[in-house]
Amino acid sequence: MGLLEEKLKSGEFVVTAEMAPPKGIDMTHFKECAKAVKGRVAGVNVTDFQSAVVRVSSLGAAVILLEEGLEPIMQITGRDRNRIAIQGELLAAGALGIKNVLALTGDHPMFGDQPGAKPVYDCDSVNILMIASKLMEGQDWAGNQLNKAPEFFLGASVTPLFDPLEAQIIKMKKKMQAGAKFFQTQAVYDIEVLRKFREATKDLNAKVLVGVIPLKSPGMANYMNKNVPGIHVPDALIERLKGAENKVKEGLKIAAEFINQVKEEKLCDGVHIMAIGAEENVPILLDMCNL
Amino acid sequence: MVITEHKPFEEILEMLKDSQSIFITGCSLCATSCFTGGEAQVLEMKEKLEKEGKTVTGYAILDPSCNKLQVRATLKKQKEAVDAADAILCMACGDGAQTVAAVVDDKPVFPANNTMFIGEIERVGHFVEACKACGQCELGWTAGICPITKCAKGLMNGPCGGSKNGKCEVNPENDCAWVLIYERLEKLGKLDKMLELKPPKDHSKAYNPRKIVVKK
Ligand code: SF4
Ligand code: SF4
Repeated sequence: MGLLEEKLKSGEFVVTAEMAPPKGIDMTHFKECAKAVKGRVAGVNVTDFQSAVVRVSSLGAAVILLEEGLEPIMQITGRDRNRIAIQGELLAAGALGIKNVLALTGDHPMFGDQPGAKPVYDCDSVNILMIASKLMEGQDWAGNQLNKAPEFFLGASVTPLFDPLEAQIIKMKKKMQAGAKFFQTQAVYDIEVLRKFREATKDLNAKVLVGVIPLKSPGMANYMNKNVPGIHVPDALIERLKGAENKVKEGLKIAAEFINQVKEEKLCDGVHIMAIGAEENVPILLDMCNL
Repeated sequence: MVITEHKPFEEILEMLKDSQSIFITGCSLCATSCFTGGEAQVLEMKEKLEKEGKTVTGYAILDPSCNKLQVRATLKKQKEAVDAADAILCMACGDGAQTVAAVVDDKPVFPANNTMFIGEIERVGHFVEACKACGQCELGWTAGICPITKCAKGLMNGPCGGSKNGKCEVNPENDCAWVLIYERLEKLGKLDKMLELKPPKDHSKAYNPRKIVVKK
């Protein structure tokens, strides 16, 4: 059993962090950020060509995390691979000792840096989970025997701020039925959104890590409100940032308060910190909330 | 219906640069409805080509351009004009152009249109894509809304996290197909359909080229 699974099962408040592999083969900064959170997080998500931008692959970066002594959570999307490539990637992950896999549908290529690319989407997130579960039973998707089955702790994502929320919850149920054992959410800023989501999902028995993206500036908040689906930063927080002298610090403070509130109200099983480009701030944030 | 769009005239001229005399074919069905290959557009094309110094030896509105026997019969009637041309300019869909090319196999056939999609006419001049001819129709459990075509990712198990205010993340001018499917299924009291796990779609029915024979 991996660390993430163990900690979630023990009921401990779990922290995961997200790290995007670099564009280019210099892994120095990636490794430094990994070292800085080593021992403080249960797992590190490695994004899979996040926003459809070419980078080091998630499998490659996950192996580097393993070498650094961290536990990777390998993200895998259906955007770039058909079911053959997905199975090959999952088997490779299993062979290399990767325990956690997070299945995603993936952003459309039009958002990325290769907008002419042909998207694949042979499999959606639910399909990837179904396929991974089948591999864990010792068979490929077509029913052929594997010489050894991989063992994964499977996860998926969910967006608490979604209209209609019931449509997301239906999909969440399907993901669980397909094998997802834990969920990481899109970033939430409004504790009320999380309360409502937890109320609506309380009977599901799902482990949920709520997404936290520390704000860096009012501009970033406005940008996300306008462009990133499923994220809404309330006006009051934007005003607070505007008034702050050190915006990055204020953003971390806001994140820390949110995390403490989540812990206090036991709204979630943990937090998933997405620092997007400011991974060096993750340990600071963890210090701020004694994690 | 097969929806087509005119190619830019410059691209057409570039294709025709080695051909002095041209025979134009239009199509009585889809391309007429799309204003890309009806009589009016064919005549307009004739005029434009003549302005560029080309000779138009004749034209025919094929009825329709995708029916090989019809195409053969119509072009036979205009044999002289066709024979006098260095090339055929086909104002139909890609299928129509290929049918013409198969009938007139000793001359280059150039497409005047880009074939865009199978869609419906919302109102005159407004077309929306409706079907990708996937070969295994899913409409029966999706309340009549195609997830393969109307969802930008062709998802089979519900919305991605990207939908915002009911709109698609890929193009906010489009409704999120899965929000529509959810709402319609709910209205029909069939939300259980959305809860069913759908495996990855069987794409073998869409391996191309496909061929169907229904009459021996
Ligand atoms: S599911 Fe969609 S793409 Fe497939 S045949 Fe039906 S309408 Fe066409
Ligand atoms: S927003 Fe809706 S329509 Fe667009 S890709 Fe996602 S699920 Fe499909």
